Amino acid sequence: MARRPPRWLVATGLLTPTGLWLGLFLLAPLALVVQFSFATRDTGVARAVLPWTTDAYATALDPAFLPIFGRTLAYAAVTTALCLLLGFPLAWFIARHAGRFRTALLAAVLVPFWSSYLARVYAWKALLDGDGLVNRLLGAVGLDRDGGFLLTHGAVVLGLTYGFLPFMVLPLYVACERFDHRQVEASYDLGHGRVSTFLRVVLPGVAPGVLAGSLLVLVPAAGDFVTPKLLGGVGQSTFGSVIDDQFRGGNNWPLGSAMAVLLLVLVVVVLVLRGRRGEDVL
Amino acid sequence: MSRRPWALGAVAALVLAFLYAPIGWLALVSFNDSRSLSRITGLSTRWYARLFDDAEVLEALGLTLRLAGTSAVVATAIGTLAAFGLRRAFPGRGVWTVLLSVPLVVPEVVLGVALLGFCVKLAGIPLGFGALLAAHVAFSLSFVVVVVRARVAGMDARLEEAAADLGASPLVAFRTVTWPLVAPAVAAGAAFAFLLSFDDVVTSSYLTGVGSTTLPVFVYAQAGRRGVSPEIVALSTLMVAVSAALLLVGVLVAAWRARASTFVEPTRDH
Repeated sequence: MARRPPRWLVATGLLTPTGLWLGLFLLAPLALVVQFSFATRDTGVARAVLPWTTDAYATALDPAFLPIFGRTLAYAAVTTALCLLLGFPLAWFIARHAGRFRTALLAAVLVPFWSSYLARVYAWKALLDGDGLVNRLLGAVGLDRDGGFLLTHGAVVLGLTYGFLPFMVLPLYVACERFDHRQVEASYDLGHGRVSTFLRVVLPGVAPGVLAGSLLVLVPAAGDFVTPKLLGGVGQSTFGSVIDDQFRGGNNWPLGSAMAVLLLVLVVVVLVLRGRRGEDVL
Repeated sequence: MSRRPWALGAVAALVLAFLYAPIGWLALVSFNDSRSLSRITGLSTRWYARLFDDAEVLEALGLTLRLAGTSAVVATAIGTLAAFGLRRAFPGRGVWTVLLSVPLVVPEVVLGVALLGFCVKLAGIPLGFGALLAAHVAFSLSFVVVVVRARVAGMDARLEEAAADLGASPLVAFRTVTWPLVAPAVAAGAAFAFLLSFDDVVTSSYLTGVGSTTLPVFVYAQAGRRGVSPEIVALSTLMVAVSAALLLVGVLVAAWRARASTFVEPTRDH
């Protein structure tokens, strides 16, 4: 047999095209955003120029933007919690009790996941409108709201929860499937009740799935601007929508870049807090 | 199975209903006779007919399909190579794994504005097809690698060793043993990449050029200007139908391949 090149050389060779693509079209642009964030605003075509300054960060961290930052975090946190609350019973049911329908049900969760993201937002826009189905159904029992439910925090959280729920169900399903159910019986045998068993045995058992799912929901929910823009209004603008405004209408690239860097920092903090525990499911 | 947990089943059914009701309503209303999105007055296919008369929509659809196809081919080709590169441990594998997880955790809005700045200010890449392709491959690659790598890692290396022992050259062994085992995952990765590209709004919305708009970006811009029109609802319904059909084909192909190759089920690493 001919002499083979060393393993690391082969591996590096196979990985090089990917490395080049990600280096050029992911890392270099991200580095550029960091550079922009320290540049000075230019309203002309240059958009961001020297001298270097930290003005953009001062503006981004200005108390005026603080409510938006807080609102974004609140939306993302509530969305993650709701996805967990809705996703866990579904994932547990499919993994434990669906029997031969398991694959079919899992595929059923996947179809909306594959469906157009915009279509899902538009569906809610149509449903939550003043003349929408939700308002008319609530009107039948006298609970309707003038002008419908668009432009409310609830509408945005609902849209985000709906949009990212499948991201939560999949890792939860994997964790529930791997969970050894005999532990639950053992816990009952040892005299624990349902609540105690859930908190002490089930929850720690599926923790990797909870962490992975939460991450997959939290990050896109914190960065999303399409949902807040279409279902909310000025009072529902998020960090993502403010970044979007700086690059499109507002034309303040340094400020938008500084906010993008802050959003990235937030993601890194979440990743570090998560540690490595969710890794095997993600 | 012990007791049937009716309460849990009911909750699961409600959550599934929550997932499907809005899409179902959207599909229903796309056949509505009137412009209303909340009251069904009669059935018609006029919005679909109007949609296919719209040159702008057809042009955007053409670009979206070409882009998704090209992006899927490129991402699958280099992503599959990378998945094989990560097969066995070597110095630096950890760094590569971290690099490949970056696209999974960078918020799309950040990726979009970063690539906009990169194309406009640094690289001089005109906005449009090229810029969109760069972005779509960048965010699809990791998904291809994850899917293909899982299959490669689950593959029994003894099968390839057996092929070599029986006198197959590395090339023949790859073509007759390795490739047939990995092909379903490569196909799944390609489908994944295609759909990610086909459906992308956020990143793409920064990178479309004049006269080169993708369908989701076109739809998003339309809704911003005129609100949700029945034509857009019909288009959204079609996009859901295409996605669902692709998934169904994928599931059926996977089931068929699994049945055809049960004798070489992947075994777990020790």
